[in-house]
Amino acid sequence: MTDTVTDRAGRPASGPVVELVDTSKVFGGSAGPVEALNRINLSIGRGEFVSLIGPSGCGKSTLLRIVGDLISASDGMVTVNGKSARQARLDRDYGMVFQAPVLFDWRTVRQNVELPLEILRRPKAEREAKARDMLELVELGTFGGHRPWQLSGGMQQRVAIARALALDPAILLMDEPFGALDEMTRERMNLELLRIWDRTGTTVIFVTHSIPEAVFLSTRVVVMSARPGRITDLIEVDLPRDRNVETREMERYFELVTRVREALRSGEGAPADPTEAARVRAEGLSA
Amino acid sequence: MPPRRSLARGARPVVGFGVIVLLILVAWEGAKWLAGDPWRYESFLGTGISIDHRPPFRLVPVNDINLPHVWSIVEEFASVDARGTTTLAVLVGAGLFTLRNAAVGFAIGAVVGLTLAIIIVHVRFLERSLVPLLVVSQTIPIIAIAPLIVIGLRADWLGVAAVTSYLTFFPVTIAAIRGLRAFDPRAHELLTSYAADRRTVLWKLRLPSSTAYLFTAFKIAATGSIVGAIVGELPSGMSQGLARQILTGMQYYTLGPSYLWAAIVIASALGIGAFVLVTLVERWVLRDARPAESGAEA
Amino acid sequence: MSVAVTTPSGRSAAARLGSGIRDWVPAGAVLGGFLVAWQLVVSIFQVKQFILPGPIAIAEAWQADLPALWAATTYTLSEIITGLVLGVTAGLVAGVLTARFATARESLMPFAIAANSVPILAFAPVFNNWFGVANPLSKAMVAAVLCFFPVMINTVRGLTSVQPAAIELMRSYAAGQLEVFRRVRVPNALPFIFTALRLSTTLATIGAIVGEYFAAPRSSLGQYIATASGFLNFERSWAAIVFAAAIGIGLYFVVVILERIVMPWYGARDEVP
Repeated sequence: MTDTVTDRAGRPASGPVVELVDTSKVFGGSAGPVEALNRINLSIGRGEFVSLIGPSGCGKSTLLRIVGDLISASDGMVTVNGKSARQARLDRDYGMVFQAPVLFDWRTVRQNVELPLEILRRPKAEREAKARDMLELVELGTFGGHRPWQLSGGMQQRVAIARALALDPAILLMDEPFGALDEMTRERMNLELLRIWDRTGTTVIFVTHSIPEAVFLSTRVVVMSARPGRITDLIEVDLPRDRNVETREMERYFELVTRVREALRSGEGAPADPTEAARVRAEGLSA
Repeated sequence: MPPRRSLARGARPVVGFGVIVLLILVAWEGAKWLAGDPWRYESFLGTGISIDHRPPFRLVPVNDINLPHVWSIVEEFASVDARGTTTLAVLVGAGLFTLRNAAVGFAIGAVVGLTLAIIIVHVRFLERSLVPLLVVSQTIPIIAIAPLIVIGLRADWLGVAAVTSYLTFFPVTIAAIRGLRAFDPRAHELLTSYAADRRTVLWKLRLPSSTAYLFTAFKIAATGSIVGAIVGELPSGMSQGLARQILTGMQYYTLGPSYLWAAIVIASALGIGAFVLVTLVERWVLRDARPAESGAEA
Repeated sequence: MSVAVTTPSGRSAAARLGSGIRDWVPAGAVLGGFLVAWQLVVSIFQVKQFILPGPIAIAEAWQADLPALWAATTYTLSEIITGLVLGVTAGLVAGVLTARFATARESLMPFAIAANSVPILAFAPVFNNWFGVANPLSKAMVAAVLCFFPVMINTVRGLTSVQPAAIELMRSYAAGQLEVFRRVRVPNALPFIFTALRLSTTLATIGAIVGEYFAAPRSSLGQYIATASGFLNFERSWAAIVFAAAIGIGLYFVVVILERIVMPWYGARDEVP
């Protein structure tokens, strides 16, 4: 499976950068145990842009946090960048962007971007240079001295992205980062993100519940079922590499959006074997 | 949430408080065991156990004058004076007198505070000129004025009420100004679309939105009113209130320190009781409200 | 792309101080007007001095007894500052420890909140007995205990009210507990702590002066006011109160200035107080 996956630049992936084998998660709640994830099997190659999409409560955010070692899996194996999830976190192999920007009010925009570099005790000159570069990357170069509350929501998220990329991580984990923005800003941010992804070649795992966004951004869409979360479908997005406003008007785009939507709907009565569902769908489409 | 569970949750802070009080009492007696005056009891607290203990160290601050035994204080409550009334009855009577004055002051302060806030919110110029003065006025130890007010006005309870209401109006004013502005702007737009006048907006929108903030202030004001009442009584020499009891305890301290401590216990109970009362009223009034955000917290 | 709302807050400290002073002009005008009106009322209506002396009479009493007033003021001020330092320091330490250990928090916080509603002033005679009436420490302790609980409560609240996402963020950087404390909790707690500090200046002043009412050396503000009032010498009482007020206001403004220095980012968005 991994051999056939290529990243956006067309380069073959060398080995999975994230691998989940039979990963499950059960939360012990006061009303009894809650099975959030049930036997997730997923392999993500270097440079891919993978979206996780599913109904509310399907565990996509939980899955993201398991990859980031912010939650531990109850069962199964998680390999990140060739190491355990915990080691990857300790080695700071990934950057994370949440739905809220989570910027510190008491720091300027530039100081916010410098935060991870400070934690790693990088020297001052290096920190400042890196922060400036990252802000330039997200096209906020002139706003370094501003305070977070002086920026709009979209700009704050861009700062959060700049911060997440400050350590040049192999992986970018994003949990519905544009969920709080309006549609227009969201579409603009999608283009921004793709541009940044192109520049840095980072592997991105992107949680969303917007079907158009998932299709527009990704090389692959992972469709999940309602709780207990399982993968019901893996959809390759074979749209051309340079995605822009016109991409959203292509026929293939609409076809893929429809496929994802149908996969989501059928996920409410999730079949046990995801590859079976994929085969059925593929046959249906070609018929 | 089922009633039983919320009762258990409400009981947790009380248990926590009780645990700390217990620890303090243990430390209290423990310190006296280690460094106080000798413990000589033929029948300890009536149990028949005899104790004859000489503490290994001697520290003046924990001797029987400075730190009477906990049970001595308890016994003091039960002890009877020349007229046959227990100390407990005397102190509770004095406490109720002080409580009445405090309540009057609290009520006046709350009304004045709220009224002032309503005026300030509606007249923009007043906020810039008056609020800074109010803030500064609170940094003045207004309690320092207590003797003047009380002696000058010569109507004892009025002076006490004046001092008390001064301490209570300020937190209410500041909290009410915030609260009267804390409404949802869309709700205001809705009322405007009904051509509602300012009075309607006040009653139907501003005041209801401000309850959380007001109760935070009421809790502070309740405590302040007890303090204000006691301090107001001090210079006036009023015989019926707790201040007089504290002064009496002070005078007879070397003869019987427990009386002062007993008065302090009652005063503390008053303060905590006022706070708990306001908290309970708040829980009841806000029982259906959305869970509070941190902005309204004290 | 949307434009930022305001320009960067790069104004100099002097500029910010200047605008801060300008904020007080309307208040100063009202205060000035009030004083003038007060004096006029007293003069025109020939108000008897023991009801309300006019500001001019007070100023005269002030001048007449300045040495005694000044000595009393410095004595009381030393008590207040000692109490502030003791109470605030203890409150900060207790707050940090309580915030750190969740189990301690469950019992210590309700106790602190309840203890905060106890009329601490009732303990003044006990402190007098423990430390001695003539010892300024006895009143300083009243002030210290008064400050302790608000500072402790607010420190705990500030250290623990961090948004969970910020903690997750720090975890994603594999940041240790000390880092989280230093970089996230402490800056978050500063506004809370400064609120408590402002309150503490008032509380310490009240604590010291009222503590002096109970019993204190003659050369203290509390005793000065009580004695003067007892002799119905109200201009002297008011003169002393002006000094007491000056202490209260002065300390409050020291905290405000300190706040602007330590938290330069804060004033820009919320209004004071």
